[in-house]
Amino acid sequence: MGNVLKIILQRLALGLLTLLIVSIVIFVAVNLLPGDFAQSILGQGATPEAVASIRADLGLDQPPVTRYFQWLGGVLQGDLGTSFAQANFASFTGTDSGATTVAQQIAPRFANTMFLAMVTAAIAVPFSIILGVLAALCRNTVFDRATNIFTLSSISSPEFFLAYILILFLAVLNPIFPSLSNIFEGMAFGERLEKSMLPALTLTLVVTAHMMRMTRAAIINLLASPYIEMARLKGLSPMRVIVKHALPNALAPIINVIALNLAYLITGVVVVEVVFVYPGIGQLFVDSVKIRDIPVVQACCLIFATAFILLNLTADIMSILSNPRLRHPK
Amino acid sequence: MILWVAIALVGMAALAWVFRFAGQSVTGNAPKFRDMPYGVAFGYVLGAVVLLWLIWAYTQGHSSELAIANKFFFLRIAIEGFILFAIAAWVFRILGRNVGTAWSKKMFRSMPLTASFGILTIIIYAIFAIFAGAIAPYGQEQIIPGVAANIVPGGDPALGGDPAFYFGTDQIGRDILSRLIYGAQNTVGIAFATTLLAFLIGGTLGFLAATLGGWLDQVLSRMVDVLMAIPSLIFALLLMTIASVWAPQLGIPLTAFMVIIIAVIDSTRVYRLARAVGQNIVVMDYIEAAKLRGEGLGYLVFREILPNATAPLLAEFGLRFCFVFLTIAALSFLGVGIQPPLADWGTMVRDLGGFVNYAQFAPLAATAPLLAAGAIALLTVAVNFVVDWMLHKSSGLKE
Repeated sequence: MGNVLKIILQRLALGLLTLLIVSIVIFVAVNLLPGDFAQSILGQGATPEAVASIRADLGLDQPPVTRYFQWLGGVLQGDLGTSFAQANFASFTGTDSGATTVAQQIAPRFANTMFLAMVTAAIAVPFSIILGVLAALCRNTVFDRATNIFTLSSISSPEFFLAYILILFLAVLNPIFPSLSNIFEGMAFGERLEKSMLPALTLTLVVTAHMMRMTRAAIINLLASPYIEMARLKGLSPMRVIVKHALPNALAPIINVIALNLAYLITGVVVVEVVFVYPGIGQLFVDSVKIRDIPVVQACCLIFATAFILLNLTADIMSILSNPRLRHPK
Repeated sequence: MILWVAIALVGMAALAWVFRFAGQSVTGNAPKFRDMPYGVAFGYVLGAVVLLWLIWAYTQGHSSELAIANKFFFLRIAIEGFILFAIAAWVFRILGRNVGTAWSKKMFRSMPLTASFGILTIIIYAIFAIFAGAIAPYGQEQIIPGVAANIVPGGDPALGGDPAFYFGTDQIGRDILSRLIYGAQNTVGIAFATTLLAFLIGGTLGFLAATLGGWLDQVLSRMVDVLMAIPSLIFALLLMTIASVWAPQLGIPLTAFMVIIIAVIDSTRVYRLARAVGQNIVVMDYIEAAKLRGEGLGYLVFREILPNATAPLLAEFGLRFCFVFLTIAALSFLGVGIQPPLADWGTMVRDLGGFVNYAQFAPLAATAPLLAAGAIALLTVAVNFVVDWMLHKSSGLKE
């Protein structure tokens, strides 16, 4: 067991290192911007004193390395900085109307996005595993071909196409779910679930295809092995052979694929949130990109990257834990 | 609603049982029906019910009452489109089997219908993209003077259409049909150029890393690891923010920046594949022989490794093109991709997307955004079908 612990710790350390380097990449990328925020907010007629004052206020007069460590230190303490769009430069104007910090802006939206991701996972994971098992059970039949074509089409359609199709059929032509997800704090769980149903269904369509194909492939791979043949010769029904004998052994690759797909969900969430005006972190990110609110962009980017790396790390560790061959590297 | 679904399911379950029983007694206990698991019988009944429902919905779409016909309009179009495409693909495959060289005839003989549909679609898109200027009735940024904005598609004057603009006009009076056709040129062309660039960067570096190894391999691979740790769409959005500030200052169009940014991000994936394939080839005897002959690095990479790595790279090119195409469409949809006045499908979906909400009353008004989004989906589906078939063929998988 000590060996496993060592490998996991190694992976964790590697993940942390990656995260650190990613934060440097993000910081450097943002600092490639020409001029600085102080100049662009004050426009052409800015006096040097005013520019210097705002710079000092935002800490832009420090050298980049110092600023990086200040930013990193702040992030580690949960302080993501002050949004440029919301900043009010207390020392400059002499008033303080309670500037919104990036963390305050992100926190509720982050919770919303997590809610959406969880609803999606709760629908997509059982659905895709059942579909994958069924496709493996009746492989090379009409059902298998139809699911193959259907999943291939939904993988390759852009998210917004699926979103609009769902809006068209489930919100406009047959008003079952609302097409806009205006979610606010203190909403009842049922209502919240209903309002986030269409975005969750869209994401489900995107993610299910991958997971279902992988489940099918993993089970079909196993079906060739001798112990399955034995079970079949014993006279077990095909369903029982697959659910009782093949599925537990195929679980490792399937869990891996699920973790990877949840990581993929993070990218998909941006477009879907914009279509449904879902107040999540993806929409905040796109809005900030448009108005060039750098601290928010930086923070969102870091959060997305962290979630991505963590989920990939989980997939990695899961596959090590579930596969004895990886536990004892030569 | 839920009650009805439950009743339908129970009814189908009973029907499945009846179906199996009836099959046994009618065919005199044929093995096919005797050994049929209950689930399979249920599947047959479910399939039949879905098929019947589709036929019913299709006839509803032709209903004389407008409110009902509108409700099933899109389903009707989808069914008609599906059948039309299937027939076109089938005819195309027959054509391919009888016309052309022996090699192409042989290729078409073993081709599934999905792949022939994919090839046909790609050819049509290519024709539209190359000859967009000759096919499109109007210019892509031409605001037609004297014509109202927001003409409904369909060309029926009674419904607010105009026969001269079959797909209608957009909010500022540009012909949507022309913009769709030019969109093929812009969106597909830019995606194609981006993919080529990504392969040029990723392929060259990957082969170099595989051939030279050592510190170059280490440095490049670690850099790629870091870049791949950031989700690609997020990273692209971040870089596009920065590029949107630089672009006006340098006087370079934002689209050029986008091509470079996406090419670099996607080249990391190409690099991984090229390096992996290259490493398998580098250990071959003929590479050793070429090295002993004293051939240079360029000869090794382009004359020895590249020809032997074509098959996996070609399949990857198709998939990569889909990813790039979808990324560009997503960026444009979010408003930071291909910039107006260039016609582009992603931007069109964003601009016209609101019309989907009128589908209940005027289904034609909702077609414009769906056409643009559908054009994107159709091409990626087609490319995926072809790649799927190529991979299936080259791997010799018969399951």
